[in-house]
This record gives sequence, structure tokens and C-alpha cells, in this order.
Amino acid sequence: MKFLVCISQVPDTTTKITFIEGKALNAAGVQFIINPYDEIALTRALELKEALGGTVTVIHVGTVGTEPTIRKALAIGADEAIRINAEPEDAFFVASQIAEVVKKNPFDVILTGRESIDYNSGQVAGMLAEMLDLPSVCVVTKIDISGTEVTLEREIDGGKEVVSCSLPFVASAQKGLSEPRIPNMRGIMSARTKPLQITEPSSGTKLTASVSYAMPPAKQACKMVAADKMNELVELLHQEAKVI
Amino acid sequence: MSVIVFAENWDGKFKKSTFEAVSYANEIAKQLSTSTTALVIGNVSEEDMKSLGKYGAGKVLNVKNDRLNTLAAQAYGNIVAEAAQKEVATVIVISNTYTGKNIAGRIAARLKAGLVAGATALPSATAPFTVRKKCFSGKGLTDVVITSDQKVLALTPNAFRVISGEGTASLEAFVPALKDSDLKTSVKEVKKTSGKIALTEAELVVSAGRGLKGPENWGMIEELANLLGAATACSKPVADIGWRPHHEHVGQTGITIGPNLYIAIGISGAIQHLAGVSSSKVIVVINSDPEAPFFKAADYGVVGDAFEVVPRLIEAVKTFKTSHH
Ligand SMILES: Cc1cc2nc3c(=O)[nH]c(=O)nc-3n(C[C@H](O)[C@H](O)[C@H](O)COP(=O)(O)OP(=O)(O)OC[C@H]3O[C@@H](n4cnc5c(N)ncnc54)[C@H](O)[C@@H]3O)c2cc1C
Ligand SMILES: Nc1ncnc2c1ncn2[C@@H]1O[C@H](COP(=O)(O)O)[C@@H](O)[C@H]1O
Repeated sequence: MKFLVCISQVPDTTTKITFIEGKALNAAGVQFIINPYDEIALTRALELKEALGGTVTVIHVGTVGTEPTIRKALAIGADEAIRINAEPEDAFFVASQIAEVVKKNPFDVILTGRESIDYNSGQVAGMLAEMLDLPSVCVVTKIDISGTEVTLEREIDGGKEVVSCSLPFVASAQKGLSEPRIPNMRGIMSARTKPLQITEPSSGTKLTASVSYAMPPAKQACKMVAADKMNELVELLHQEAKVI
Repeated sequence: MSVIVFAENWDGKFKKSTFEAVSYANEIAKQLSTSTTALVIGNVSEEDMKSLGKYGAGKVLNVKNDRLNTLAAQAYGNIVAEAAQKEVATVIVISNTYTGKNIAGRIAARLKAGLVAGATALPSATAPFTVRKKCFSGKGLTDVVITSDQKVLALTPNAFRVISGEGTASLEAFVPALKDSDLKTSVKEVKKTSGKIALTEAELVVSAGRGLKGPENWGMIEELANLLGAATACSKPVADIGWRPHHEHVGQTGITIGPNLYIAIGISGAIQHLAGVSSSKVIVVINSDPEAPFFKAADYGVVGDAFEVVPRLIEAVKTFKTSHH
């Protein structure tokens, strides 16, 4: 069975985010990592491959600077990687690039993260599925494959929905789908020699652009209420904050 | 030209996020001097569909088909796209709920329309069409310009207020082109976590952390939540050690919420915790340590022992409720 995992590169979760004149992320000193949800997707793909046989390929749309992140995915256990050599500025563009590769070289299971933690969009899985005319299930906490039957669990408000579907399919990973693995020494060593294929982008359209950035509005100073004045707190929540 | 809004229902009922989306769509329609059409897929009563007029929908298109009473992403995406073409819609609005997340990308790819997933405000301009959303998990905001003719906006629940007035929508049956191959996914079972209020859509949330010392002390947390009509949440370690179920865990690795009120009791306020709750409109922190980092993110703070403060708060809420009814 052939597994494809789409990975994006994002600032480490503890990064203090600042912008350069509201026009771009200030990348100075920022450590970049594999998007955490993509790592969850990758680990589940590896588990399924170990159970069912096959190969796990990771694909990334990005310029040469992102190769350490791709090597990390190989160290975790992916068999091979594809990098499409382009700036990933827009989800439609990214999905189109990946779709072109998959049209020439089909996969049985295509996984993404539920969203990248930089732009928090979660667009790529649905777009990719539509471009490839495949079924898709987003924000999943379970993927089981038995023969050609696939059973997934997707998150819904206040619970889970059990969904069945056939191969091939696209799904986006939510935490809980797997426990990410820390690469071991052998993985790190072998990652250096695993195949990393570089593909030039096919012509693609962008439909959106982030034109400016801002910091969230600063919080008002916290109003302190004495521990024995809970009636006062309730009044403030009612009169001033108007939330109860 | 028109604005179309996918009016999501759950088991035949609309939720608040649907009314928010219709209100939002109608405000955009006003910006564009056009009208709002709502699309309903599934079995919703005629009365409920007509009532979408209160939030600005002039017309409701209804797709009734027993195979579409649960989500089938490919079919839903196609239907929304088809309805958008039929109505010559330039803007397509959906809610960025779990259902919305399953169909947004599909609609956008099908129409080759730019998508802003997680819009938090009305477009700040319509030429170029510019919409604000959060980025970097709430640590920043970005203005996104959509350059395609058609635009898809997935509205963050709880970010835009419901605007209601008078009015009834007219109803029109809509029979989309549906192929068997659009129904490659099927829902086998729905597992409800509990009969209580779902955390992701709760307007009020009472949350507690390791400061509570043990699972046996959650009685007062649940009592406070019940009194307020709030959902309960917790910090990650509390779920990890099994004091609370994992579906209550909020934060970077847990659920992200943005209720009107978040009450954090005995939670230190680590950055990973804040990542999941910082879009709450009002935050109340109760913590025995005046230096707890959470106070920096709070609107109201109480320094004190939860085991004394929470029972007093419960009494105060009870008093408040009797005096306001
Ligand atoms: C990669 C990563 C991801 C993470 N993801 C998450 C996440 O999604 N969600 C999350 O919550 N955490 C997450 N964490 C953990 C996070 O860093 C904190 O460790 C965690 O949030 C602390 O939980 P806590 O506040 O309940 O416990 P503590 O940090 O132990 O804080 C307990 C608080 O209770 C107060 N207290 C003690 N006794 C009382 C009392 N009697 N009355 C009132 N207050 C009292 C203390 O002053 C203290 O502030 C993550 C960590 C990592 C490294
Ligand atoms: N540049 C990229 N290259 C490959 N996959 C990506 C890229 N950007 C996003 N993805 C995938 O799409 C998912 C959702 O991303 P997004 O739509 O940007 O929130 C991510 O979790 C990745 O799996």
C-alpha cells in the first residue's frame, strides 16, 4: 500500500511571533519544525505501513531551506521524500502542485494535518481530494484499514462520527490519531541516504495572498477581585463584561 | 450577483453558528448591495427554514434527500458549489465548524475560488476583497486578499454576533446533480461524548487544573458549571493522569475554544494552555499564586485557595440567579 503524507514547515510552537513592519513574519531566531499535526499523520502512516506493508512517501512544497525539516520526516521513518521547489504562498497553489504529482504517481492513502499551525487554515486536504476526485474525511482521530475497507473516526461537536470509505482516500489528522515518534540514532543516520527527489513546480495559480499582519489587541490589565468578594465578581461579569 | 450561505444543521436543527453565518453573509450582501440566499441540506422544518429570514436570508434553497442527512463531504461540496453557480454568487459563506472544515477546501477547489478559512470579521474592503483571520495559533492576525472572482469565507464560530430582525425567507426546493460516486463516504455511527454541553460550542466554560489536587475535587467545578450552564474543561496534565477525560483537555495539543467566558481554576497558564483558550472573550483566573502567569492573560483575577473561593463563587451565582428571576 502506498502512503503519501503532506508536510508543511512551521515555526516551533513556543516561538514568540513578531512581524517586520506588519508585512512579513520576523524569522530571525525562529526555529522551524514539521507541523505537529503532520507528524501525527506521518506516524499513523508508518504504523499502517508496518501492519499492512508498503511505502511511506512525504511530500513538501517549499524552497531548499526546508530540507532539514524533510530529513527529519525521513529520520522519523518515511521511506522517501519529494520536494516541490516553490514558495508555498497559497493553499490552492500547494494543493495543485501536490495533485499534479499524485496524478502521475497515484497513492492509496493521502494524509495531511488538520491544519498548519502558522496559517491555521486546514484547506489543503479538501482541495487535494477535490482535485483528485477522491473521498475525504477531515479532522480524524482514527484510521483503520482492513482489506479495501477503511474506517475513520472524525471529530464532531460533542463527540465522534464513525465514517467508512473505500481506498484511495484523503484524510486530515487530528491529535489522538497517533503518538508522534522521536527519531532514534539509526533513523537519523539512514535519513541522510534516503531518496529526496526535487521536482520543479507545474504552473499554478494563487487565489489568495496575506498582505499584512498585526498583533492581537493587547489585553486590558487584569482587574483583581478580593477572594471574599465573589458577589462582586458575579456583578462585574454581569454588569461590566456582560457574559452572564 | 448574490451571497450564498450554507446554513448547517445538525439532526434537523440549526445552531447558533448557523445564525452567525447567515447574519455575516447578509452584512456582506449589504456591502455588495445584493441579497442573501441560504442553502439547507437535509430535513429541517419549513418553519425553521423560513425563520432564517430573521437573520437576513431572502430565500432558502432546500435539498432534501435521505442520503444526505449526514455529512458526505464530496456531495455537500458539490451541492454548495452548484448552488453558488445557480445563484450567481460571488461570495460563499460557511461556518468553520467541523462540517465546514470538511467541505471548505472542496468548494474552493471546485469553484477555483480563493478561501479564507477562519474569518473573524467582515471584509475590511471589497476591492481588493480583504478579510482578517488569526494566524500563528492566535499569536497574530493577518489580512488576506482574495484575488479570484468568487470568494469562499469560512466564519469562525463565536467571532461574529447574531443580528436578528424581522422577516421570513421564501422556500425553494433545489435538486442538485448527484452521482453515486459523490457518496464514497458513509456515516456508520455517531458517538456522543456525553449529554452535556459540547465544549467547542459552549458560550461559558469552567476549567480546572492540577491546583485541584485530585479528581475527587471536581464536584464543585461541575456544580459551578451546571449553575452557569457552562461546559467543563481541564489542563493537559489533568487529562494525562486520568483525573478528567481527554476530550476536556484544552490547549495547543487539545481542543481550541473561544467562549464568551472562560473561568480557569488552579491552572498556571502555560503558553501551551493559553494557545487553546486565548480567544475567549473574557477570562477569569482563580489561583492561589499571585505570580501565576495566567493573570497576565486574564480580565478578572482572584488570588485565593480554590477550595475556599469556588464554594463562595457558587453561593454568589446562586444569589445572583434568585435576584435576577
Ligand atoms: C509540547 C507541549 C504541549 C502542551 N500542550 C498543552 C495543552 O494543550 N494544554 C495544557 O493545558 N497544557 C499543555 N502542555 C503543558 C503545559 O506546559 C503545562 O505544564 C500545563 O498546562 C500545566 O497544567 P496546570 O496549570 O493544570 O498545572 P500546574 O502548572 O501544576 O499549575 C497548577 C496551578 O494551580 C495553582 N494552585 C495550586 N493549588 C491551588 C489551590 N488550592 N487553589 C488555587 N490554585 C492552586 C498553582 O499556583 C498553579 O498555578 C503542553 C506542554 C508541552 C511541552
Ligand atoms: N507547503 C506544503 N507542502 C506540503 N504539504 C502542505 C504544505 N502546506 C500545508 N500542507 C499540508 O496541508 C495541511 C493543512 O495545511 P493548511 O491548509 O495550510 O492549514 C498541513 O497540515 C499539511 O499536511
